[in-house]
Formats: sequence, structure tokens, C-alpha cells
Amino acid sequence: MGSGPREEFDNPVVEWIDSRMPIFTMLQKEYGVFPTPKNFNWFWNFGAIAMFMLMTMIVTGIFLAMHYTANTELAFDSVERITRDVNGGWLLRNIHMNGASFFFIAVYIHIFRGMYYGSYKRPRELLWILGVVIFLLMMATAFIGYVLPWGQMSLWGATVITNLFSAIPFVGEDIRTLLWGGFAVDNPTLTRFFALHYLLPFVIFAVVFLHVWALHVTGSNNPLGIDVKGPQDTLPFNPYYTMKDIFGLILFIIVYAFFVFYAPDSLGHPDNYTPANPLVTPPHIVPEWYFLPFYAILRAITFNFNIYMLAGVALLAVFMVEFIWRHSPKYLGKSAGIALLVIGGALALFGLLAGFNQHWTIPFTDMPIPLTSAETSPISAKLGGVLAMFGSIGLLVILPWLDNHPIRSARFRPLFRIFVIVFTFSVFVLGYAGSQPADRVYWSTCIGDAQACEVLAHGAGHGAAAHHEADAGAEPLVLKFDNTMLAQAFTGVYFLFFLIILPLLSRFEKGRELPTSIHEAVLAKKQKAGA
Amino acid sequence: MLVRNIFFAVVLAVAPVSSAFASGGDTPTPPSQSWQFEEGLFGMYGTYDKAALQRGYKIYREVCSSCHSMKRIYFRNLEALGYNENQIKAIAAEYTVEDGPNEEGDMFDRTAIPSDAFISPFANDNAAKFANGGALPPDLSLITKARANGSNYVYALLTGYEEAPHGADLAQGQHWNKYFAGHKLSMAPPLMDGQVTYEDGTPETLEQYSRDIVQFLTWAADPHMEARKKAGFRVLVFLILFAGIMYAVKKRTWADLH
Amino acid sequence: MSAPKETEQHGETRRDFMAILAGAFGAIGGAFAVWPMINSLNPAKDTLALSTIEVDLSQIQKGQSKTVMWQGKPVFIRHRTEEEITEAREVDVQSLTDKQSDEDRVQKPEWLVAVGVCTHLGCIPQGQKQTDNHGDYDGWFCPCHGSHYDTSGRIRKGPAPKNLAVPPYEFLNDTTIKIG
Repeated sequence: MGSGPREEFDNPVVEWIDSRMPIFTMLQKEYGVFPTPKNFNWFWNFGAIAMFMLMTMIVTGIFLAMHYTANTELAFDSVERITRDVNGGWLLRNIHMNGASFFFIAVYIHIFRGMYYGSYKRPRELLWILGVVIFLLMMATAFIGYVLPWGQMSLWGATVITNLFSAIPFVGEDIRTLLWGGFAVDNPTLTRFFALHYLLPFVIFAVVFLHVWALHVTGSNNPLGIDVKGPQDTLPFNPYYTMKDIFGLILFIIVYAFFVFYAPDSLGHPDNYTPANPLVTPPHIVPEWYFLPFYAILRAITFNFNIYMLAGVALLAVFMVEFIWRHSPKYLGKSAGIALLVIGGALALFGLLAGFNQHWTIPFTDMPIPLTSAETSPISAKLGGVLAMFGSIGLLVILPWLDNHPIRSARFRPLFRIFVIVFTFSVFVLGYAGSQPADRVYWSTCIGDAQACEVLAHGAGHGAAAHHEADAGAEPLVLKFDNTMLAQAFTGVYFLFFLIILPLLSRFEKGRELPTSIHEAVLAKKQKAGA
Repeated sequence: MLVRNIFFAVVLAVAPVSSAFASGGDTPTPPSQSWQFEEGLFGMYGTYDKAALQRGYKIYREVCSSCHSMKRIYFRNLEALGYNENQIKAIAAEYTVEDGPNEEGDMFDRTAIPSDAFISPFANDNAAKFANGGALPPDLSLITKARANGSNYVYALLTGYEEAPHGADLAQGQHWNKYFAGHKLSMAPPLMDGQVTYEDGTPETLEQYSRDIVQFLTWAADPHMEARKKAGFRVLVFLILFAGIMYAVKKRTWADLH
Repeated sequence: MSAPKETEQHGETRRDFMAILAGAFGAIGGAFAVWPMINSLNPAKDTLALSTIEVDLSQIQKGQSKTVMWQGKPVFIRHRTEEEITEAREVDVQSLTDKQSDEDRVQKPEWLVAVGVCTHLGCIPQGQKQTDNHGDYDGWFCPCHGSHYDTSGRIRKGPAPKNLAVPPYEFLNDTTIKIG
């Protein structure tokens, strides 16, 4: 935004302003002639779409705030008044509540594009991190916003999420009380949430500004992931990408408008049309769809992390850093590496199994294995779930260092491509798992005495005679696959992808030969299409 | 219908949040009825049948309103059912409402006017619970939105009373309903053939009553549905035209590149 | 050789036309998108539904006044005495700032109904109570900037440009009026 040499504008008003504050020169430089790689595909539309959604949310939100009352006695009624009595209020509300979903859709596609084409890599690490910050702020804003209508899901969603903070050791309970401003989610909570819901979008806007600023320093990545070598590789942003962005945006709005006008409540939960009742919890609490994968990760951690597991994981982490991530070990020899791997793996596995099998004893004695019980585990299941959930997003922050492979785009990394697709799939599965009741059983079988199995399947009430016989027989073995196990499996995939696969691929994947320049690649593609 | 069902199947798959958890494990999914307010592809041409709304309102007045409130609906809203101002005033005038305090500081009763909300049968939730054996009859203003697949669900519930299966443990005041989660419903079957008199010759059957009350409740929960769908049609036509134009502009712009 | 040139020219105009059309669509779409937001600021249906009230006049004695709320503003209802009516009717209308005869301002001579908001800058004038300052013309006096209103609520002295507004009202019967 410099005060460098400046070209004069023909329009006297523009020129008068620009000579005093070169805002038009800046716009011309950053959006008019800004050199942009000429080979963008449609994935590159979603940044502009996300920006449009942010503005839509802010503008409709301001008008909704003019009619909303942040008081537990009045909030639900004021929202109903908006949809029933305020002129066009139903439209504003539908735009806003579906807008949250479509903002997340745009941002998720934007994040996927960044991962697939390696947009997070050098020199764009800070750009990426600012993006993760925006994502976190969006999640906070969306969560708080869902509380405002003060329906059943508002209240109980807020209760569950704020209770997460109580998992923090020592100060957790105090933090929770501080968040609530009372002893439950109540009027003080609602009032402060409203204040924050109004504030945070502007914070997001400020970080978006930084995000775009960082983008305009490094320039955009592109589907080939190779650097721009000169003017033949780029196009001026206007008109090429302005026109393309507008066209893509309108297509996006068509889908969005369809939901706003024809299925406005399909993305929400019916329970939120029942006013909040602090005495009754709905049978199944689910967050909004865009939080489901993270909710599944939160619920997947049903076990405590005992000291053996943590020690094992720490040893494995040392191995990963020293032997994989660093490319050539700096401090340790080969045998030390093998020892780390074996001991670390064995400890972690032992800790996990011992945690599940509390009846295990030290061989040849009756003594239980020390430091495996819930009380002696440094990280309880509750805290573990919270850490895993925040960790799953935190991994995005360090992604540029987990994957330091020199090639950016998945197009030239066949293995990375497969794994990034598997990863995306696992996020979808986690989303599904998050939406289902934790105890839902997908598959189960019973091995052993048929009658005993019958009793297990239908409960003891099914024939007292069968019950007695079953007691005498051997305990049958029940194998089942339930929703918690599904979530655990794919939580494993999620973390493995970041912590094991990406460092390994960075080290060992060879990758395909890169084109010499964007220009030549585009030409070659054209010739191929022409022939 | 088929297309709509496929669409909702897709929506449900993409957004599993909205799938019907409210119903318990062995509760059947309420069958889809064909409603005038859901007519057309994705319900695009859906409109309310005013005659049905009026009949539904009559059922609410004569049957449901003895236990269920509709606090968010005002007499003035009845205009949407096809009543004129004087009819609405006359309907409102049948009710009394507590107002006040007057200049002497006392609450007083007066006849209701169009700007008053529907009069609740009970003074508060506790009174409602006490009068109904501990069960709270929910407010019906939003009931079709507050239940998954609401319109079909309410219809299924009203027509879903059955003889309790052998061995079912029904407590005093409980009734077996096929579509209610857990099946044990505190509401006695509220409607039966011939219970409400129709002046327009519409059959006075349980099914017809249920259809009419569901249409009325759907309107109550979503009074702007017709305006919404009408506006949506215009917006979509506009956007599709705009998209076509922008496609041409974009193509022209990029055609310059050699 | 001339053929490609023609095509190009044709292309030029078509693109210009398309660009203008696109701009027009954008502008129209934008305007239609903004309208619901602006319109949401207009009075909502529940607000409009409360825009009429009924007032019982039977309790107001001669020489007394009553203030009722209508559309969020006070409405002065005064049961005028014979002297007040005479006083209001003897004034030369042409001498007034806002020329209006008393007959035009009341439906029944003994009842004056006027919005109690000073037409200067919106303060509430005094004069509803016996003990209030009634101003130089036995009506109302606005303490903010010293406007004097007479027994017909007309501006007689001070900065206010207009008489106190008369709201739309009708007598439902001898002792009840509906305002609005």
C-alpha cells in the first residue's frame, strides 16, 4: 500500500482521492492487473465464494440483530417474531441460518483445495496458518450463533461444548464457570454469546484481510503447484478471474438459494424449534453438520491415556522426528532408532491393552499392574477427547512442517494423492459417525451357546428357563462393531495421515517429473485437446 | 414425488443431522402422505388449501385447544385462512383475555381482539402438567417443525393408535401408539369419526380430520411458505439467467487467449 | 481476409452487450437483495396490529385530562369546559401560526384529542394536570423551548411550527373512542 510512483487517473474525482490516498492505485495493483497463474481450475473459486458468504453473514446478521433480544425469556420468541412478523424476516433468517452451512461448505472445499494442491507449503505457510485461524474463529462464531435462538439444541449444545472446558486439569471448572457467568448455561451466557457473536465476524474479517495480504505477497498457488516463472505464466486478475469468480459464485448461490427457499430447515435440527428447557435434555444431542467430524473425534476417545501409552507415544515421536522428518538422523544411530521403534511401540500397545483389561495382574502374583487405572492416568478419557478434538485442528497448523515434500501438487505425487483422498473420505465417515448415536451397533455376532446368545440378544426377560440354563453354560463371546468403534477407527486414520503418512511420504515418495513452466503445461494441454 | 424422495434421501445422507433420531429404535418411519403444500418438484408449487385450514382450525378450536396452547399464533393471523376482518373480530370476541393492570392496579378480563394471541388453556406449564397427569401437552405453534418429518409424523401419530400388544406394560393414562417413540403416549386418542361437524360436506372421518389438522398446524409453523416458494421461483429463474449471461461473458473473456 | 475481422467486430459488440447485460443483472439482483433488509426496518406486523386503541371517556370529568399511549406516543384527551371551548373558538384563525379552526380539530366540542408531542423537537408539553403550567393560552406549555399551546392544542407562541397533531379517531359510542 505504498507511496511509490503512481499513474494518474483520468477521472478527476478518482484522481483527487488517489493523489491523497492511493486507494485506487492499490485496487488496480492488487485486483486489476494482479498477475495470477493462468491455469486455475474451478477449485480456485472458493476463496471468493467464502468471502461473499462472510459478507452475506455479516450483513444479514446486522439486520437480524436489530430484531433479536438476547434474553432467555425472550430470545426464542424474538426469533419467531422475526420469522412471522418482521417484514421479510423469514427470508433474512433463512439466508443467515443456511448461510452458516454454505459458508462452511465453501471453506471446506477451499481447505481441501489447499491440501490437495499443497498450497500450505513454502512460502505460503503463514497464509495457511492465517486460514486455520479463520477456520477456528468461524467455528467459534457458528457455535455461539447456534445458541442464540435458545431452542433445545441451542441450550444443550452449549452445555455439552462448554463442559468440554471442565476437562482442563486444575482450572477447568473455574474456566467453565467463567464462561457461563453462573452455574449453568443461562441468561448471562446467552447475553455474552450474543455480544461475541456480533464481534467475532469482524475479527474474522480482519484476519481475512491479513490472509489476502499474505496471499498477495507470495502470489497464488496453482493446480500444477510450480512457481510462476514470468509474465507468460500469468493473467491479470481482472477481467479473467473476476468474470470466472462471478460466474462460479452465481452457480454456488443457485444451490444456496435452493436451500433458502425450498428446504430452509433441512440442515438444522427439529429440536431447535422447541424452546430451551433446562430440565429436559433431548435424547440425542448432535451439533450442526459442519462440526460432526470433530464431534466424532471427541466421542471416539472413550479410554484413558495411562503412563505407558504416553511414554510409548513419546518414544515413537522421537523416532519420527529424528529418522523420518529430519531426513538424516542428527543425534541418534541406527540401533537407537530400532530400539525407539520397538520399545515405543510395545509400551504404547501394552498401555492400551492394560488399560482395557483392568483385571490383568503382574505375572505370578496377584498384584494389579500399577499405573493403569483411571485415577492414575495422566490424561482421562474426557480430557483425551478434548485434546484429540482440538489436536485434530491443531494438526492443520503444523501441516506445512509435517509434509515438507518439495513437490506441492498432488498431481505429481501419486501416493500423496491416494492418501489425501483416503483422508478426505475418513473425514466424511467421521461426519457420519458424529451424527449417529454412540451406541448404535452396525454389526454383531455371538459365538457360543445358542441359548445364552438368545438371552444376550433379547435381555433376561425372554424366558426365565433359558436364562437359568445360560447361567450354567460358558459365557458366549459377542463380537460387535458399533459407532464408537467406527469413530475410533477413522479417528486413527485421521491422525495417522498427519503424523505418520505425511512425514513418511515426505521422506520416501519420489513424485513425477514437474512441467518446466505453467505456460508450457497449458500449451501442451491445449495441443492435446486440439489433436 | 419420486424425485422429491430421492432428493430428500440425498439431503439426509449429506446432512445426517436431520435424520429422524427422535424416533426410537423400533418406531416405524411415518409414511409420506401427499400434501397440497408439498406439491410439485421439491414442493415448489405447494400451496395451502384454505378450506382445509379452516376445517383444521375448527378441529383445533373444538378439540386440541382444550389441552394444547398455540401461543405464537394471533387471531390476526387467521386472515391467511381466508377470514375477513369482521369474521376475525367475531372469532376473537368469543374469548376473554386477562389484561391490565388498570388505573386502580387490578388485572381485569376483557374480550379478545385480533391483536391477541390464541388463548392458552392453562395459565402455565405447571398447571398444564397438573391437569394432565404429569404430562405436558406441547405448544402446537411450531409442532410440525419441531418434529422430524413433522407433517407426516403428526398425521401418523393421530392415526397411529393401536391395541397395545400382549405384554406391553401400559400405566394408567397411557395409550399405545405405533409412531410415538417408546409407543407409550399420555395423550388419549383425540379424534374419532364424526366428532367434529363439517358444514361443507367433507367426510367426518378420523383420516380427514387428521389431514385437516395437520394442514392447519403446518400453516401455523410455516405461515410464509407460499410467499417463500413464490419468491424462490423468481430468484432461481433470475439466477439461472444471470448464470447464463455470466457464462457467456466469461467464455468471451477467456476466448481472447491464444 | 476480411472475414475474421468481421467476426471479431461482431464479437466485440456482442461482448459489450453481454457485459452491459451482466452489469444490469448484477445491479438489479443487488437492489432486490438489499430491499428485504431495508424493508425489515419498517414496522413489523405485530407492531402494526397494535396501532389502534380504544379509550373509555366516561371517567374523565369536565376540565380534566387523560393521557393514553398510542403507537408509543402520549395522546392527550381533554374534556373541555364551556370557557375553554369559547376561548378556542373566539380566536381569529388568520392570526395563528398554523391556521386551523377549532371546529376542524374536534369531532365533539367538549372532547379534544391530540398527540401530546411538541411539534418543535418532540418533547412532551405540560398541562395535563391541574397544577401544571398551562402556558399563556390556558392549554399546554412545552418546557423544552417554551412553546405555548391553546385550549385547542394550537401553537400560539414559541418556536413550534405546527399545532399539536390530531390522530385519526372515531366515536364508537358516546363514551368510547377508537384511536388509530
